[in-house]
Amino acid sequence: MSAWIEIGKIEDIPLRGARVLKTGNGDIAVFRSVDNRIFALQDQCPHRGGPLSQGLVHDWRVTCPLHGFVIELASGAAVEPDEGCAERYQVRIKGGVISLFLEAGLEKKARREKVTA
Amino acid sequence: MKQKLVVIGNGMAGMRTVEELLKLAPDLYDITVFGAEPHGNYNRILLSPVLAGEKTLDEIMLNDERWYDENGVTLHKGVEIIEIDRVNRQVKTANGIQAPYDRLLLALGSDPVILPVPGSDLSGVVAFRNIHDVEAMLEVAASRGANRSKAVIIGGGLLGLEAAQGLLKQGMDVSVIHLMDTLMELQLDDVAGAMLRRSLKERGIKFHMSAQTESILGAKSKKKRVTGVKLKDGSKIPADMVVMAVGIQPRKALAQKAGIHCERGIVVSDTMQTFDPTVYAVGECVQHRGRTYGLAAPLFEQAKVCANQLAQLGHGAYKGSVVSTRLKVTGIDLFSAGDFSDGEGCESMIFKDASRGVYKKIVLKNDRIQGAVFLGDAVDAPWCFQLMRDQVDVSANRNSLLFGRATLGNAGLGVENAVLAMSEQTEICGCNGVSKGDVIDAIMKKKLFTLDDVRAHTKASSSCGSCTGLVQQILAFTLGGDYSEAPAKKPLCKCTDFSHDELRKSITDNNLKTIPGVMSYMEWGTPDGCAMCRQALNYYLLCAWPEEYVDDGQSRFINERAHANIQQDGTYSVVPRTWGGLTNPQELKAVADCAERLGVPVKITGGQRLAIPFVKKEDLPEVWAELGKAGLISGYAYGKAVRSVKTCVGKGLCRFGTQDSLGFGIEMEKIFWGAWTPHKFKMGVSGCPRNCAESTIKDFGVIGVESGWELHVGGTCGVRVRVTDLLCKVASNEEVTEYAAAFLQLYREEGHYMERSSAWIERIGLSYVKGRIVEDAEGRKALSARFMRSQRFVQKDPWAERAGAVGDVKEYSPLKMEA
Repeated sequence: MSAWIEIGKIEDIPLRGARVLKTGNGDIAVFRSVDNRIFALQDQCPHRGGPLSQGLVHDWRVTCPLHGFVIELASGAAVEPDEGCAERYQVRIKGGVISLFLEAGLEKKARREKVTA
Repeated sequence: MKQKLVVIGNGMAGMRTVEELLKLAPDLYDITVFGAEPHGNYNRILLSPVLAGEKTLDEIMLNDERWYDENGVTLHKGVEIIEIDRVNRQVKTANGIQAPYDRLLLALGSDPVILPVPGSDLSGVVAFRNIHDVEAMLEVAASRGANRSKAVIIGGGLLGLEAAQGLLKQGMDVSVIHLMDTLMELQLDDVAGAMLRRSLKERGIKFHMSAQTESILGAKSKKKRVTGVKLKDGSKIPADMVVMAVGIQPRKALAQKAGIHCERGIVVSDTMQTFDPTVYAVGECVQHRGRTYGLAAPLFEQAKVCANQLAQLGHGAYKGSVVSTRLKVTGIDLFSAGDFSDGEGCESMIFKDASRGVYKKIVLKNDRIQGAVFLGDAVDAPWCFQLMRDQVDVSANRNSLLFGRATLGNAGLGVENAVLAMSEQTEICGCNGVSKGDVIDAIMKKKLFTLDDVRAHTKASSSCGSCTGLVQQILAFTLGGDYSEAPAKKPLCKCTDFSHDELRKSITDNNLKTIPGVMSYMEWGTPDGCAMCRQALNYYLLCAWPEEYVDDGQSRFINERAHANIQQDGTYSVVPRTWGGLTNPQELKAVADCAERLGVPVKITGGQRLAIPFVKKEDLPEVWAELGKAGLISGYAYGKAVRSVKTCVGKGLCRFGTQDSLGFGIEMEKIFWGAWTPHKFKMGVSGCPRNCAESTIKDFGVIGVESGWELHVGGTCGVRVRVTDLLCKVASNEEVTEYAAAFLQLYREEGHYMERSSAWIERIGLSYVKGRIVEDAEGRKALSARFMRSQRFVQKDPWAERAGAVGDVKEYSPLKMEA
């Protein structure tokens, strides 16, 4: 079932840092930028699958710890000249509490197959 | 309303400036470009491959018409400007267009020199400057049936020889006439010139040396086609085509007519402004500090400065360029830079291996490189060129200079150095799996000019860097005649124009004590920096203000932030300190218990320590707490910091030992642990010259002898192997400690972030290090005292601070879902 899921407060994420949310569909990296914005991406670099949550966060970007790909937090897209995109999750903040919109595994899988087909 | 920028000249210099300007200030100007040629902007460096039939005009286009549209730049091609009206600030074209400007950029380029001999206006006499010339040459080659047609090239310089090679590839019969007795005499000495001539001769090019052209002969028919060249000595060389490649002259007539001060070229200041401050000029038409340039690298440097000025950023000045030349003719690798004549006070070092076709000459003056010629093997040329530009004192490594920096070979490359001989499939970059073909492809398709471009697009040489020389060679071969070498001053990263050294100086001079403080004072180009500058600044601030600076964990690489090494699968390995490589049953038990509980193995590391791999991030604080109970602390195996001190057993146990290396190694590690350094820093202490601790490949190596200790510095054994240089010999343990602390502190204060001590020593020269550490006793003591002082603030075990529940360990645990 798809739903908004509460995952914690803004203060739970280190400033200019990230934490990992473990889900049945793999890890999600939740970032907090220097200006207190929250972003969520699949915790997998489009290059070679490095854990983006462990990267260095600068402005609205993160540098992957494995080979230095730079990813836009807002879109998940790699910054040129690199290519590729990490999946992005919708984020909602209410009263300082962060929620992510998570799709249920099967629906998501079906949607993905539709996109690729 | 936007200001109007008019650019006269649609070539590489003008367009490079416009591109740089659009990056800096995309909305500042309405830009209009006038170009005399009926094309977009193409890569002039690649005319030789077009002539050789290896590339087409489309393939060497840099900015096609779509580019102008997409960037809102108005292009008038095939349009000549006949007048600059500086009073009313407008330019006039031959077909009657008037275009007003607020700023004017002149990028007029240069004209080929045409010898004033009879017959120089005959049909079939061409220059080699633009695509039109190339097309004219190809036409002759085609119309005559290439096999039968003859080409004569006047001028045996870089351009002439590239034209000769191209026409040879078209199947023509090629002769070169040269006024001097040495080819490329401005770039080569007699020996190299003769070797070059021999190898070109073997390829089929004929030479007439010390020959002066008297006249160019033509047919008596109406067409007045060229038929040959007559020399001063009376001999005649038959020709269907004559290529004039005797030199270039800056195009300045238009500027001169408008009253702009010109000498040999249009005179510009360090801001690329002419005597009229609203008029800028770049490229081959300018004269800067008395010099004119005809190569691509200076033009790029000028474009950057000019764009900066046009964008009204107000900083950036052009100080002139140190240029180098590379001739790229298949199978000939030739590099030349600086003054290679044996003038007064100069001495030459020469290596010659005629049967391999290798010749290297390095000219020194006061132990600094003045000039260099490399023929046949130029893989180390960029390194030598850098030493020359930085004017490094090379007295300490004179004996190996001619053999390059990679005398012992780099890891991951085998012994293959000759990039030419490699197939397209050959892997160049072993770290990122990039082949020679991939690099060439990227250079061509993405229009790259510099090493940094190639690194950004292909990742080749961007990890360990050992293949940098190869990538530079591929760049040079692919781009032909000349290409943009790394500039002398390298900005720290793309966020700033300032170099490492300038930023460090500013941090201390201006009392800058936080990363945001540095960024705002130094006018950073990005709001929050990038992974490169944040880490570097954090280190520089830590080094400058050891007692005050609050370490910014979020500006550190994950390993240093998490105090463990991230692994391929996202887990971490934990390496506790094993003082001098000596452990005991209690410590071993603690490590064993920990590994057993986690169900993981234990790895013995290269630094004589034990590593517990496969630890999940959330388990780290608990593992540390457990290890801490046995007295184990962090080994900093993850850090750009002092690592382990490797030892042999020494005279307490070994029958050959002359000194107690084990005991002293432990003592050293207790003194030096915890120090942050520009890159990792390894130490070793051996008890005798048998050197079982491998001290001669450490950043700081100590070797016991009967009379005391030998101190060795700048070794490394990884991506590169570099044996240490001997610093000096001392008698007592106290002296070793003082010298080591002083050396570490000098490296900490002057090394660039991410630069190993080996690379640092090669950059600044061993003589400098000896001067500061060995010859200057007072300076040494001061350096050592500064190091010891900063140790007081850093020798705190980061594991103990984070073990169990103490401190902010949130980052280590995953978030929980609360549905």
